[in-house]
Amino acid sequence: MIRGENISLKLGEKTILRDISLVVDPGEFVVLLGPNGAGKSTLLKVLALILKPTSGRVIHKYQGSDREEDIKRKIGFLSHRSFLYERLTAWENLEFYGKLYQVADLTRRAEEILEQVGLSYYCHDPVYTYSRGMVQRLSLARLLLHNPEMLFLDEPFTGLDQKGGEILTETIKVLHEQGKTMLMVTHYFDRGVDLAGRILVLNKGSKVFDGKLTSSDLRDIQEFYRAQVETE
Amino acid sequence: MRKIFWIIWKDLAIELRSREVTGAMVLFALMVLVIFAFSFLRPGEKLPPEMIPGVIWVTVAFAGMLGLNHAFLPEKQNDTLTGLILAPVSKSAIYLGKVGTHFLFLLLVEIIALPLFFIFFNIQMQGSVLYLVPVLFFGTAGFSGLGVFLSALSVHTKSNELLLPVILFPLLIPLLLGGVKATGIVFNASWADPVWVGAYWSWLRLMAVFDIIFFTLSLVLIDYVLEV
Ligand SMILES: Nc1ncnc2c1ncn2[C@@H]1O[C@H](COP(=O)(O)OP(=O)(O)OP(=O)(O)O)[C@@H](O)[C@H]1O
Ligand SMILES: [Mg+2]
Repeated sequence: MIRGENISLKLGEKTILRDISLVVDPGEFVVLLGPNGAGKSTLLKVLALILKPTSGRVIHKYQGSDREEDIKRKIGFLSHRSFLYERLTAWENLEFYGKLYQVADLTRRAEEILEQVGLSYYCHDPVYTYSRGMVQRLSLARLLLHNPEMLFLDEPFTGLDQKGGEILTETIKVLHEQGKTMLMVTHYFDRGVDLAGRILVLNKGSKVFDGKLTSSDLRDIQEFYRAQVETE
Repeated sequence: MRKIFWIIWKDLAIELRSREVTGAMVLFALMVLVIFAFSFLRPGEKLPPEMIPGVIWVTVAFAGMLGLNHAFLPEKQNDTLTGLILAPVSKSAIYLGKVGTHFLFLLLVEIIALPLFFIFFNIQMQGSVLYLVPVLFFGTAGFSGLGVFLSALSVHTKSNELLLPVILFPLLIPLLLGGVKATGIVFNASWADPVWVGAYWSWLRLMAVFDIIFFTLSLVLIDYVLEV
């Protein structure tokens, strides 16, 4: 479970997040929508403990200890930046992150996850030789390597082709069925949004909508979304 | 602790392949030595002994400076800095890892440049070369510790490369002073004279105290300074 209490974030004079409170329950799948510059990526970073809010707090609760280090081991974060080292091979990247996350039985786990994303054959090539889609697959491997419980996905479909998009949609579906908690930012209304039980809309740093959508709403979600953003 | 090692391992693995940073640092050090050699050496003459510590520390300081620009900059490429902060490692571990790498790079430059320095300038030492080791150690550790801290501070400023030396050099003055003075004693002073030996130890103490103060401060403050 994750709870944000009155999160605000200021960078210099600029207020990027304004008094946002939210709770995401275990197993929930929440989609975060909003126009460019609304603060979606920033909110995700604050919730994933990458950025400290100026005021307010973020509380994560999982089974096991409450030490920050143990909490971070339960968090996965996928963005359109890969977090990968170009000069290292896929294998070395996973090995490095695996060590940081103290993944048990790392060699086996890395082999397994590379197999899963279909990169086994290329795993000893440096990442700079990879195509965009291969990098994205490796990011996915990095995301799943330590088997996180809480997943943050920031525009995960960006840069993927049709096939890559389908693989990702499938992966997201599986993760959802496994009972992972997910918070996803996306601009693609036709991908994943139908899986989400709940929608959050952010505009100019404030939360303007938070709630479940009925299936009839879902059909014209774009209209709905536009209405939310334009009433601001 | 082990995670610090892994961060260093990762940086060394990358460097082993590109050799971008150490290559530039070593070349830079050689260039400094060659220029000094051209300007100070006349046939049949020796380098004036007062110049020795100057040549050594100019080389170390500038090569070290060059290395600092590469401490956090490469971590911006695919936003890997965010990846590190996201991972279950403390910011102080990230900091110490980066200090470790920079320290090793600078040490490598010294190990290559010093023998050349002795050959180029045909130097004879008064004290044992062993006395030079702790001076270089404290000097390099302090330079890396403070330098990497300040480069974490300026990761986000656009004028990264300008801001860093502007803050770094004034703060480094005590360390460089100690380094230059202690090195001068090792090379030129009479080691039979207890006054000089005492002076050597007190300059060394100054450097050690500098290191302790700035490492402690950096470890306390790095949590607030290192941001994505
Ligand atoms: N490091 C930074 N320094 C200053 N301003 C920033 C910084 N990062 C983000 N911002 C500002 O914060 C606001 C929100 O940015 P954010 O990236 O969170 O938006 P977003 O909703 O993810 O947009 P997009 O849909 O384009 O990804 C923007 O106005 C942006 O200019
Ligand atoms: Mg964004």
